[in-house]
Amino acid sequence: MINDQYYNRKHIIAGIAIVIVVVYIIRLFSLQIIDQSTKEKADNNAQLRQTIYPARGLIYDRNGELLVSNQPIYEVTMIVNEQKKKYFDTIGFCNALRMDSAEFGMRMRNMTDRKKNRGYSSYKPQVFIQNLQQKEIARLQQEKYKYPGIDIRIRTVRDYTYPIASHILGGVGKVNYNDMEKDPYYTADDYSGREGIERTYEKALRGEKGVEILIRDARGRIQGKYLDGALDREAITGTDLHLSIDRSTQEVAEKLLKGKIGSVVAIEPKTGEILAMVSAPYWDPRKLVGQERSKNYQALLKNKNKPLMNRAIQAQYAPGSTFKVIEALIGLQEGIITTHTQYPCNGQESTPIKCTHDHGSPVTVKEAISQSCNPYFWALFKDFLQQDGYQDGHVLFKEHFETWRTVVTSFGLGSRFENTDIQNQAKGYVPTVAFYNKAYGNKGWKAITIRSLAIGQGELLATPLQLANQAAAIANKGYYITPHFNRHDSMKLDVHNTLIDKKHFQVVHQGMLDVMIEGTGKFYNVPELHICGKTGTVQNPHGKDHALFIGFAPQEDPQIAIAVAIENAGFGSTWACPIATLVMEQYLTGQINRTDLFYQLANTSLIGQ
Amino acid sequence: MNKNRSIISGLDWWTIGLFLVISIFGWLNIYGSSFTFEQTSIWDFSHRAGKQFIWIMTALAMGTIIVAVEEKIYDILGYIFYGVMIVLLLITPLLARDINGSLSWINIGSVSLQPAEFAKCFTAIAVAKYMSRYGYRVRDLRDLFVPFAIIGVPLLIIMVAQRDTGSALVFLSFLLVFYREGMSGYVLLWGVISILLFVVVIRFCEVAVPWGIGNVGILVSSLLIEAITVGLLIYKEKDIRATIMIAISTIAIFAIGLIMNIWVKVNFNYVSLASLIMSAIIMLFFAFRQRRRSSWWIVAFIVVETVLCQGFDAAFNKVLQPHQRTRIEVLLGIKDDPTGAGYNVNQSKIAIGSGQFLGKGWTKGTQTALKFVPEQDTDFIFCTVGEEWGFVGSAGLLLLYLALILRIIYLAERQRDRFSMIYAYCVASILLMHVTINIGMVLGLLPVIGIPLPFFSYGGSSLWGFTLLLFILLRLDAARINKLHA
Repeated sequence: MINDQYYNRKHIIAGIAIVIVVVYIIRLFSLQIIDQSTKEKADNNAQLRQTIYPARGLIYDRNGELLVSNQPIYEVTMIVNEQKKKYFDTIGFCNALRMDSAEFGMRMRNMTDRKKNRGYSSYKPQVFIQNLQQKEIARLQQEKYKYPGIDIRIRTVRDYTYPIASHILGGVGKVNYNDMEKDPYYTADDYSGREGIERTYEKALRGEKGVEILIRDARGRIQGKYLDGALDREAITGTDLHLSIDRSTQEVAEKLLKGKIGSVVAIEPKTGEILAMVSAPYWDPRKLVGQERSKNYQALLKNKNKPLMNRAIQAQYAPGSTFKVIEALIGLQEGIITTHTQYPCNGQESTPIKCTHDHGSPVTVKEAISQSCNPYFWALFKDFLQQDGYQDGHVLFKEHFETWRTVVTSFGLGSRFENTDIQNQAKGYVPTVAFYNKAYGNKGWKAITIRSLAIGQGELLATPLQLANQAAAIANKGYYITPHFNRHDSMKLDVHNTLIDKKHFQVVHQGMLDVMIEGTGKFYNVPELHICGKTGTVQNPHGKDHALFIGFAPQEDPQIAIAVAIENAGFGSTWACPIATLVMEQYLTGQINRTDLFYQLANTSLIGQ
Repeated sequence: MNKNRSIISGLDWWTIGLFLVISIFGWLNIYGSSFTFEQTSIWDFSHRAGKQFIWIMTALAMGTIIVAVEEKIYDILGYIFYGVMIVLLLITPLLARDINGSLSWINIGSVSLQPAEFAKCFTAIAVAKYMSRYGYRVRDLRDLFVPFAIIGVPLLIIMVAQRDTGSALVFLSFLLVFYREGMSGYVLLWGVISILLFVVVIRFCEVAVPWGIGNVGILVSSLLIEAITVGLLIYKEKDIRATIMIAISTIAIFAIGLIMNIWVKVNFNYVSLASLIMSAIIMLFFAFRQRRRSSWWIVAFIVVETVLCQGFDAAFNKVLQPHQRTRIEVLLGIKDDPTGAGYNVNQSKIAIGSGQFLGKGWTKGTQTALKFVPEQDTDFIFCTVGEEWGFVGSAGLLLLYLALILRIIYLAERQRDRFSMIYAYCVASILLMHVTINIGMVLGLLPVIGIPLPFFSYGGSSLWGFTLLLFILLRLDAARINKLHA
């Protein structure tokens, strides 16, 4: 109402007020609507998400004996921000943990270094030291209230009832960055199964972490449960696992392999369940628990005998004479021989392959198996491949070779077992037509070129697991079930038929029985167990021969099929055969009667010879 | 009786409505901001929400008394009020307890009072009384000497003796009143430009120019001064010759500097200074020749801003206290310290942001109730609004303040006497200043300066001070019908 020359300036003043309010509203819009990170930051401020760790599933053997359980272990966490904020009695804290100030400083540096501790935040509890035993933490537990920002968390680590089955069980260790990338379930400081069964069944064994959301104020004091615990989740205990392993058999097999390099695989033929699987050298799984884990793991990694390699599934050997059983079955199936067909043997003078055993001539297939007669199987192999009179790259010759290969692979050789819980298997190898075409030219190879195959040498390669499975297929007279560790019934359905008719197995069983009665295995037979076996001595270009044995028992109703491989040991009949029969004895009778033999083998070291 | 009724019917109920809505919303938020899991009642008078209710009730009683009192006493006794207030401000530091380094609170019985909150009101009355003198007009800066003194005395006492920078800064809001009454707009423009240059100098004074000696802060601020000078010459003076002269001299001096830099290391701080001095000399030449007053203004502008820019760095490091320096450095992004000086602002942004569109709901906020935000029911109360009422609530509150300020400007313009009008502008300016500084700080747009949000923050002194300020205006406005046209 007052007219003056500056009347219009009211618009400028009102304009300034409007501009300020508009700018502030835009700022509010960007903070509250556009920027979505503040909500999370606010929750991080006010909510303390306490992870509740579930107990890991227990692992039992086939008889319900506890193999792996859990034990409590302690870790000390620190919220650096709170530790820095108030007076912190470093000396008292170090004394309580029996730690010197240099170690304290080193641990602080490592913990706060984002390169070493990716998820580091000064507001959140960080692991200061872990893997402490009850007695190491006891003093700090009493004095905890004195140290701001310090908390003690209980975790569980594995506890092993027996120091066995390290390769099968594997271990549990801290997750790494890749694990966290792959599976958002994991956060830093989590543990997961690193190898073996622990890794294969990680998802079942680990259970599910629970969470308790607490409200805390700016000083970190707990004010209550967030939404009265509506969003809290109980931890779900991991699922227990029942393995097919027979604890006592596994233990005996491990003792027998002490001081040797090699492996034992035992399978229940009717189910495909693995009863024992040993790879030597092995280690005590208790050594890979807690604070010692990384140190001891490094030592295993550096050991020249490669103990971390599971030879039962990763080592590949030529099957040698143990393969002759399959050659015999192919001959019978393809009608090249009958049970009465005989081939002569000239002993050491035989060509192109000499016989290494002393026996009569001519021999039938049964005798050939029991005496492991090389000339017999060469003759059989040649007659099979050249049954139409052709060789040298003729199409029919190659067709017969292809038939041979198909039958061999039907025993599970030359490829990994699929749909099983045995991981990291080696494939083994059964040579192909293409392989020889490439090596010798399309017309450059004939039966004599590949004669080594007749006695399981040459390019053939098999893992001990494949050999044990082959033994199981022979025991079953024509089929096998994919080998596996889990006793769950669904695992027993994976039946594979070989291409050999059941009737042809009778004479082979007889031959294998004779191996133990009068053949290469006769010194270590246990007559009442009706053991069928076949020894093998495999030439090794790098050193002493490998000793092999496959077998099963009892012949009329096989309960156990086995393969034993001892590297650089010499004759299969001297080393692999007694170990195999002792393991079978333990499994079938529940005890060892031949204690002298047992201790003699167990106390023999072959490493470094 | 008749007159009383006309006073009540003459009261501006819009303003009273806004006052009540803001106060009650503030009360609810004080309860929400300190609502913890112990669940005290909003009526628990030992807690702050309960106390604030008492402050609101007493404020209403005070408002009623003010309305009942004859409005002429403010005009008549204006200087006496002002004088008493200055004495009170002077003795406050002697009686005060030290609260966070400031000496602005005195205890009377169990009640703490902050006299600075009332000083604004009485300063406004004194300013209004002086500027409404018969025949007083602002023709020149000289005419503003007394009003500057009136606001300068309490400002200096509060800043120096009471060490309360925030409350002192509020007195700068009177510049808007002076502007409305005829002070040259250049003063406001200078203020804005000075702040801008200050930011540039402080932000970049540590950054060396990429090609040699000298810092980016001085370089950029000098170029800004040149650019503003050229802008003023083109749009205000429409003096093409002067424009071209200044542009050429600036470009020439910098070109010489750059060419010389190839052989000798040239300090570009001096090159910048040289170009500014050259521009000032050119403008001086035109000012003498054309005898135009506005040319002198531009000379003054160049000289003053040049001196300021050279002095900002030293002033920043020597005059300001370390914590104030850190607050500014954090705001400008020179330092990042989310646990230290930046903690408050960072937490307040988190609290506001986490409210999102509709907020977490009354008393459901966590950031303020759990004390992540400091001063959550006084200076940082706006965080609670942001967190619990979301964008809707916080933008709504800003609009309520805008409505109140615009309403007061409207009231000011309908007054029939200059005293009431100038006083009304004082009220609008003070409210605008408080809202701007307080919310700007909470939003992280301004440095942390602790002053309350009017009618909203917890505290008797501040609520009573603003109530006094507002109800005197309402009383003056209600009486306007009895007055003749001025």
